[in-house]
Amino acid sequence: MSKKKSFLAIELQIRVKPDHSGVVTDGVKHSMNPFCEIAVEEAVKLKEKKLMKEVVVVSCGPQQSQETIRTALAMGADRGIHVEVSGKDYETLGPLQVSKILAALAKKEDAQLIILGKQAIDDDCNQTGQMTAALLDWPQGTFASEVSLEKDGIKVVREIDGGLETIKISTPAVLTADLRLNTPRYATLPNIMKAKKKKIANVKPADLGVDLTSRLEVLRVDEPPQRQAGMKVETVDDLVSKLKDAGKV
Amino acid sequence: MAVVGPLSRIARIGSTFCRNNSLIFSRSSQRRGIVSCIDPSHGLTDEQKEFQKVAFDFAANEMAPHMADWDQKEIFPVETMRKAAQLGFGGIYVQPDVGGSGLSRLDTSIIFEALSTGCVSTTAYISIHNMCAWMIDTFGNNEQREKFCPDLCSMEKFASYCLTEPGSGSDAASLLTSAQKKGDHYILNGSKAFISGGGDTDVYVVMCRTGVKGPKGISCLVVEKGTPGLSFGKKEKKVGWNSQPTRAVIFEDCEVPVTNRLGEEGQGFNIAMKGLNGGRINIASCSLGAAHASVLLARDHLLVRKQFGEALANNQYLQFKLAEMATKLVASRLLVREAAKALQENHPDAVSLCSMAKLFVTDECFNICNQALQMHGGYGYLKDYAVQQFVRDIRVHQILEGQFVLLFVKMTAISRTKTASLDLCRNQRGDEDDHLQKSADGILMSLFSWITRTFLQHHMWSLCVYWLT
Repeated sequence: MSKKKSFLAIELQIRVKPDHSGVVTDGVKHSMNPFCEIAVEEAVKLKEKKLMKEVVVVSCGPQQSQETIRTALAMGADRGIHVEVSGKDYETLGPLQVSKILAALAKKEDAQLIILGKQAIDDDCNQTGQMTAALLDWPQGTFASEVSLEKDGIKVVREIDGGLETIKISTPAVLTADLRLNTPRYATLPNIMKAKKKKIANVKPADLGVDLTSRLEVLRVDEPPQRQAGMKVETVDDLVSKLKDAGKV
Repeated sequence: MAVVGPLSRIARIGSTFCRNNSLIFSRSSQRRGIVSCIDPSHGLTDEQKEFQKVAFDFAANEMAPHMADWDQKEIFPVETMRKAAQLGFGGIYVQPDVGGSGLSRLDTSIIFEALSTGCVSTTAYISIHNMCAWMIDTFGNNEQREKFCPDLCSMEKFASYCLTEPGSGSDAASLLTSAQKKGDHYILNGSKAFISGGGDTDVYVVMCRTGVKGPKGISCLVVEKGTPGLSFGKKEKKVGWNSQPTRAVIFEDCEVPVTNRLGEEGQGFNIAMKGLNGGRINIASCSLGAAHASVLLARDHLLVRKQFGEALANNQYLQFKLAEMATKLVASRLLVREAAKALQENHPDAVSLCSMAKLFVTDECFNICNQALQMHGGYGYLKDYAVQQFVRDIRVHQILEGQFVLLFVKMTAISRTKTASLDLCRNQRGDEDDHLQKSADGILMSLFSWITRTFLQHHMWSLCVYWLT
C-alpha cells in the first residue's frame, strides 16, 4: 500500500488568507508530493519484480485527491482507495489523523508493506510514516534510499545525518521514501488509458472508526518577514557595538 | 473604454505571479508554475489532463535542457525520440493493434502542444513521423500495416513524408516524380525537396505520378531506405528546425514493389490531402506550445529586468502587451482544439476549420513569440536565451503545410457554407452548460468576422475575381 498526498504547486505564489488562519488553496493547482511519487514508483517496481502481489494507493482528502490517485494508477498501481475528508476536517487533517486512517486501512486490507514519502513538501512534517508504524506496532525503515526484500526481512539503507545506515527489519513494515530511492517513471499513454478502468474505492473515515479531531490548533500563519536593508560598517568594533545595540549579542 | 478594462484585469493577474524559484528536483516541471488564465488544461477531461501532464513532464525533463544544444549542433535526437515512443508518442493516433496509442486528434493536439514547450523542432518532426505512421495505418492493407506500423510506433524506424518537389510546393498536384509500372515493380524517377528527416530516416511515404496529369494521376508509395536508386542531397542549412535534418530525396530508376503502394492507383492525392488536415492541426499545436513557453519566458523577464528605477512588469504598456499575447494564445488554442474535434468527428467543415486553425494560429503564435523576444530587449537576440529559438523554429510553420492553398480552401468554404462552422460549436455542446464552450462560441464568432473582414477585404477580392472567372 502506498500513501500519497497532494500539495500546492511549488512555484505559484502562495498567499496567506486575510484572517491569517492558513494559506489560500482555492483554485490553486495541486500535484502529487514528489516523495510520494518515489514511493509509488518503488511499490510498482516491487510488483514488477514479483515480490509483491498488489499495489494499492491511498489518498485522504477532498474530491480532487482522486486526480493524484489516477496518476498513481497510471504509473502502475492496481487499485486506489480515496478516503473522503473535506471541509473543516480537511483543514485540520494532520499526520496523526492520517496515520490512524492508514493503520485502520492496513488492518482491513491485510497489507504487508506500507510505503510513504518521507515528508510532504507543504508542511514538511515528516511524521506520518513513523506514527503509522507506531500505531500498528510495525518496524519502520525511514529515509530509505535503497530497499531490498530478502527471505527473512527487508534490508533498508537509510540516509541519516551521519551518512548511510543499513538496517534489517521484519515484515509487515512501514517504509518512507527518500529522494535517491529511485527516479519515478513517466506514465505511458496506454497505462493512462488502462488506469481509467482501475477501481477507486470511496471510504469515509467514520467507516474505519477513526476519530479525526485534531489535537493541534493553528493559531496564526504569517508570511516570512520582508527582507530588511542591511548596513555597512567600517571596523569590527563597529560591528560588535551595532550587534550589541540590536540585542543580538 | 471597454477594451482597457479586461486588459488591465488580465495584466494585474499576470503581474502577481512570481517567477520560477529554484527547483527542488529536476523532475519539477514547468507545468507546476502555470499561470492560471493561460492554463492549457482548461476544459480538458481528467484523462486528457493526464496525457498533458506526461507530455509536459517529458518536455521539461528530456527535451528542454537539450533544446539549444540540438539546435546549435544540428543533432537528430534519436534516443530521446525513442524514449518518447516508449510512452506512446510514436503513433498517437495509430490503431492499437499495430502498436499505436489509438487516441483522438484532440488528444494528439494537446500532447504536441505540451511537447513543443520542450523543443519545437523535435516535436514537429515527431508529428510528421506520426502522420506517416497514420497514413500507412489508415490506407495500407493488413500486410503493409503489420510490416511498417509496429516499427514506426516504437520508433525503431523513422519516417519521412515526400510530397514537395523543387517545381511543386503549393501546387502539389503538379508533381513530376514518375512511377512507371514494370511487372510487379514501379520504377521511380524524380526528386523531392525539403524532406524533413531525409537521409536519416528509414521509411519514406512518397507521392508520385502513376497516371495522368493533375491530382487524379498521383499514387502513394512506401520506399525503404537502402533501396537501390534512392539517394539524398546535401543537408540543408536552416534558420530553425535544426534538430531534424532536411535533404532532397532523389529517385534514379528506383525500383519499388507494387505491394508497397498504399491504396489504389490515383488515390495518392486524396491520401495527401487527408494527411495534411491532421498535419495542419499538429503544426498549429506545435506553434501553440512555443507561444505558451514564450509568454512564460516574457513574464519572467518582465519581473526581473529593471529600467527607469522599477521592474518592467510595472510598465503599463508592457502589461497590456502581455495581456494581449495571453488573450491571443487562448483564442488560438480554442480554434485548434475545435478544429481537432471537427476532424475527429468527420464534420463536413473539418477541412476548412483545419485550414483556418493552421492559418490563424501559426501567424498569431509567431507574433506572440516575436513579441516575447522584443520584450527581452537585446538579451532576446542572444542564443543564450531560449526565446529566439522559439521564434526561429516556428517561423517555418507559417510556410509549410500549405500557405496560399489554404486561403482558397477557406474562402471556398466560407462562401458556400457561411454559418456551418458556427453551428459546429453549438452542436458540440452537450447537456452540461460548459462555460468554456460558450466562450469558444463567442471567440470563434469574433474570429470568424475578423478573418472575413481582414482577408476578404484585403486579399480575397482579387482572388475571388480570379476564381469566379
